[in-house]
Amino acid sequence: MRKIYFLLIFSTLYFQVKAQDSLLRSISDSLSAAPGTDLVKGTFKALYIVNMKTIEAPAAGALNFEIQHRFGTINQGAYHLWGLDFATLRLGLDYGITDRLSVGIGRSSVLETFDGYVKYKLLRQTETGMPISVGLLGTTSYFTDKISDPKLDSAFKSEYRLAYTAQIQIARKFSSRFSIQLTPTFIHYNLVDSTIDHNNVFALAAGGRFKITKRMAITAEYNYLFPNQLNSYNGLPLHNALSFGWDIETGGHVFQLVFTNAQTMNEPQYIGQTTGSWGNGDVYFGFNISRIFNLKPHNKAKTL
Amino acid sequence: MYLRVCFIFLLSVCFFYKSNAQNYITKTGFIGFYSKTPFEDIQGENNQVYAVLDPSSHHLAFAVLLKGFIFPKELMQVHFNENYVESDKYPKATFSGICSGDMELSKDGIYQVAIKGDLSLHGVTKTLETTAQLEVKNGKILGTSTFKIKPEDYQITIPGVVREKIAKDINVKVQITWTRTT
Repeated sequence: MRKIYFLLIFSTLYFQVKAQDSLLRSISDSLSAAPGTDLVKGTFKALYIVNMKTIEAPAAGALNFEIQHRFGTINQGAYHLWGLDFATLRLGLDYGITDRLSVGIGRSSVLETFDGYVKYKLLRQTETGMPISVGLLGTTSYFTDKISDPKLDSAFKSEYRLAYTAQIQIARKFSSRFSIQLTPTFIHYNLVDSTIDHNNVFALAAGGRFKITKRMAITAEYNYLFPNQLNSYNGLPLHNALSFGWDIETGGHVFQLVFTNAQTMNEPQYIGQTTGSWGNGDVYFGFNISRIFNLKPHNKAKTL
Repeated sequence: MYLRVCFIFLLSVCFFYKSNAQNYITKTGFIGFYSKTPFEDIQGENNQVYAVLDPSSHHLAFAVLLKGFIFPKELMQVHFNENYVESDKYPKATFSGICSGDMELSKDGIYQVAIKGDLSLHGVTKTLETTAQLEVKNGKILGTSTFKIKPEDYQITIPGVVREKIAKDINVKVQITWTRTT
């Protein structure tokens, strides 16, 4: 008899527990993402892999301040402290008008160059449907460097100082750790080095990141300039820009320590005018630092 | 004797099935969490909380997708999902428990109840005890509760650099309007 009572108590208890479990299961299984919440976010940590602009953009109402810094080449030896005596800089501001549309401006110390861009996210990767994100990017750069010969300087009209870049950014976050971006690139130079160089050039850039911890990642990018388009820059042979980075994220900052054979940080300059070579040790150490400022609150959940 | 036991047993089974059929349920419950420090205020709010209440057994359960929490700062939302709750690995937070106290959920009124159950977050399940208010009105039940949780209890690690910016105790606010399933 006691056994039966025990069984009875046990089974009622079992059903109690089961009731509780099934109650949770009944809702937990049907839990589905509301539209808009299954967007894949954080494909890259920052707006730049090293030099290449990523698919990432500041959220609507957020302003990003970017400091990009490249020292001299490390093959200059101890006398120049392996290049640390020299520095080039790009300061940039990036602003999110909407979550899809962003604009940016920048100023580089190399050739006193100004640049501006507009970026639009055409497609956004989702967890259930869309496998990739696609962005369109248009950049204009204008260098204002004065040429010492005043005659030559006045002949160097502003149209010769302009270059335009159009890029399609195709990115996919394969896992929370691993992301890749392919960037077919078209550049129009208003002025090139010699008559055998083309004004319209094509390149394919590729970059990726691999997270080693939750807040650190290793990145790499390669900018392949298709051959027989450009032959030299200032009489020096060209090399494709290959860069590596180490991203460290702390709250609203991202620090990127980089090694690259490109000293410049504008698309027309680093893609088509890189004369440094990894083989010769023309490697620039540098960093990118970004800081996000939220000028407007982003979206708010409706309270009941 | 056997008959009586069987009868009670069947009765309890029937009771369980019967009770299951008239649950209060919602898919638009609200959960918000708030962290306040002198350096930074952080808040995440979610309006897509699934919640169910069994009025006869007083069992209740909640489930929520962590990616559905909306933050005023987009970057916080990305960090919350990527670095803290790791929502790719642990997409849901759930609670399953029972409320006790004087209440008659078939009658209109305001009841103060105690709630005890298991909260699962970030792959860790811990017992949570809190109080709540259930307000029965026109066939609806409005449930509200606030409690505190510590991120460390759920193995959510916070790096030293930002430790001062995230409160040791996070305030959680729950607000649910249940309607009866037909």
